Amino acid sequence: MSETDIQADETVDAIGSACPGPLMDLIGKIKDVDDGTVVELLTGDEGSKNDVPEWVEEADHELLDIIDDGEYYSIYVKKT
Amino acid sequence: MTERIVIVGGGSGGTITANRLSEELESEIEAGKIEITVVSANPNHLYKPLYLYIPLGEAELEDTRRPLVDLVDHRVTLVYKRVTEIDTDGKSLAMDDGSELDYDYLVVGTGAIPQPEETPGLGEDEPGHHFYGPDASENLRETLANFDEGHLVLSVIGTPHVCPAAPVEFPMIVEEWFRERGVREDIEITYTYPIQRLHGVRPTAEWMVPRFEERDIETKTFFNVENVEDGTIETLEGKELDFDLMIGIPEFTASPIIEEAGLGEEWMEVDRNTLESEHAEDVWGIGDVTNLPTSKAGSVAHYASGTLVSRIASEVRDQVPTATFHGKTICFIEAGTEEGTFIEFAYDREPVVRDENRFLHWSKLGYNEAYWLTARGVM
Ligand SMILES: Cc1cc2nc3c(=O)[nH]c(=O)nc-3n(C[C@H](O)[C@H](O)[C@H](O)COP(=O)(O)OP(=O)(O)OC[C@H]3O[C@@H](n4cnc5c(N)ncnc54)[C@H](O)[C@@H]3O)c2cc1C
Repeated sequence: MSETDIQADETVDAIGSACPGPLMDLIGKIKDVDDGTVVELLTGDEGSKNDVPEWVEEADHELLDIIDDGEYYSIYVKKT
Repeated sequence: MTERIVIVGGGSGGTITANRLSEELESEIEAGKIEITVVSANPNHLYKPLYLYIPLGEAELEDTRRPLVDLVDHRVTLVYKRVTEIDTDGKSLAMDDGSELDYDYLVVGTGAIPQPEETPGLGEDEPGHHFYGPDASENLRETLANFDEGHLVLSVIGTPHVCPAAPVEFPMIVEEWFRERGVREDIEITYTYPIQRLHGVRPTAEWMVPRFEERDIETKTFFNVENVEDGTIETLEGKELDFDLMIGIPEFTASPIIEEAGLGEEWMEVDRNTLESEHAEDVWGIGDVTNLPTSKAGSVAHYASGTLVSRIASEVRDQVPTATFHGKTICFIEAGTEEGTFIEFAYDREPVVRDENRFLHWSKLGYNEAYWLTARGVM
């Protein structure tokens, strides 16, 4: 378990999301929100730890943190 | 006193639920304790998976629709009106003709609405086509029939997209269709996807790679379509791609009545196991309108309806509901016009895609006919 001080403006709960998957759920949200918004993605999918940072870099957003909550990950992304 | 179960929506979820409920609650209905009403904006039931075949001339619009009255159990009352408001405190619905309908138990199955207009350049009278509606799929048929050279681009735009299989199937089907028509050599095909692989579901993406390579279908990833101008697609990532024929998998949204009724921000928020609304008592969601963490697919509505019917029947009988839904999803995937496969998964079961074969292709075509039995609640 670890903690973070980051406050999310929006949360996407993609725990158990198989199709089309947590990263697609996150993109759907990022498209809708304004620049500067911090989105927290909750995901149980191990692959998200690599998928999300890779997409965030390509799309030029900012990865704030990845927290391992034990059963799932909280990934914080700021739309830029 | 008679209690009323109202189901909003006469699509896959609403129709199957109505039929199974009237079967399950047969004696309560006969005793006058329960009545079931379906309110649907459309007097026809639409079998949307056939929209995939209309552009290729392999299905007609009339194959996609049947009157609800022919599909729904005679014990169910049908009301052909559009619900404009859901009042979950007063347990009442407002309709587009100004009338109201009270409920004791409410099932919402209003589906997902394609939003091509959210992408500039996509939709009616625009350069970008799609096949998620009757007019759109017929327009695409006309365009495809006259398309014998150039660059066809299929771009997945919407996240989530209804039926995760359709964008996988379409390029492979149309590729074979061009070969059969003897024009494949003069046509380039490109498939684009928003993230770094070909599909959100990893095993599907892995399955696609060799098959798209074999068929000479070009692919582009990290490709989030921003707008479709005459002949060029521009993306959020600053890329450009020229096309002669563009087909987009559009964005989707839920009916605005969901958010207005406080049932969820855009999608209807339900418990993933009980399908009960997170925000209101005696309200359940079924099918594409929900935020269930799985596909927006007919099979999900089908399997979830079993849980829903059992739970509502328990409530009606003052028993403790125990049935739960675990996200069972099955989607057929056509790998061209001769072979097919399917993908199966659940909340706690990783998706698996098997190798394609002829038998599964025929199973899908057979299911397209047998679907009407599913809608009736028979299978
Ligand atoms: C091209 C395409 C291919 C597909 N292929 C597959 C496939 O191969 N396999 C698969 O499993 N699924 C497939 N699907 C998905 C499948 O069709 C849907 O998941 C399924 O129809 C969902 O059922 P539903 O009841 O939630 O919504 P729908 O079937 O869309 O029904 C919604 C109903 O609600 C009614 N309604 C909406 N708003 C209101 C209102 N305010 N008041 C009253 N009534 C209202 C509508 O008139 C309609 O009757 C495909 C879909 C498309 C478009």
